[in-house]
Amino acid sequence: MTSLTLVRRIRARPSNVFDALTTPEGIACWWGPDDGPVLLAETDLRVGGRYRVRFRMLDGSEHESSGEYLEVVRPERLAMSWRWAGGEEDPGESLVEIELRAIAEGTELTFTHSGLDNEETRRSHEEGWNGALDKLERHFLATSERSSL
Amino acid sequence: MVKYQEQLDRTFAALVDPTRRAILARLEREDGASVSELAKPCAIKLPAVMKHLDVLADAGLITRSKVGRVVTVRLAPEPMREAMDWLRRYERFWSSSLDRLAAYAEGKESEMQEEDR
Repeated sequence: MTSLTLVRRIRARPSNVFDALTTPEGIACWWGPDDGPVLLAETDLRVGGRYRVRFRMLDGSEHESSGEYLEVVRPERLAMSWRWAGGEEDPGESLVEIELRAIAEGTELTFTHSGLDNEETRRSHEEGWNGALDKLERHFLATSERSSL
Repeated sequence: MVKYQEQLDRTFAALVDPTRRAILARLEREDGASVSELAKPCAIKLPAVMKHLDVLADAGLITRSKVGRVVTVRLAPEPMREAMDWLRRYERFWSSSLDRLAAYAEGKESEMQEEDR
């Protein structure tokens, strides 16, 4: 639970997906959890170069994340560090890795965001509370289903 | 927001300890247990169990109610739910971002195929 992996199959060639991921024009069209606008997108696409993206959510809140490109292999692989800018919510730096694989229908994108935990949760993760949390999660899901009836 | 963050810290700090996780897992299976019942399977003494229960109660993860001489302990799900929501915010963020990324890249692809024709 302290890393997140998502896979998408996209009907577009890998180079198009890669450019959508890395160009300011592309980023402006998709970045963010809802349909709120991207306010700023800057990318310096080279190893050691930085990116910065600021967006506004539909609830009016604004958020900014930034980081450094760690691996840039067009159109196959992209790795970058990730950090939310400012605020007490800052959980520290994490890592985003994206693999693009050519498949018959276009591209299979494998996205991994790891290191999502602060030191405290990392320790507890190492001590293996994941299993316990999963069990509790089932419980809460069952509870919320009941309460929504 | 600070309060929310403090709550998260307390939740995660409470979850660090394996005995406390065992207690929570047990309370998840059984809807309420007495303190002495909780102490039974633990290889630790009652006073130590009481201390763990204090930590869990401070984090809001359990409630204790006393009837006569029996203290019944129950799971309180809300702080855990908040902790999981916090862990899931990235999932929400990326899942919907990647859906829109896919739509955008597919749009670009169609444009290119139009041009190729």
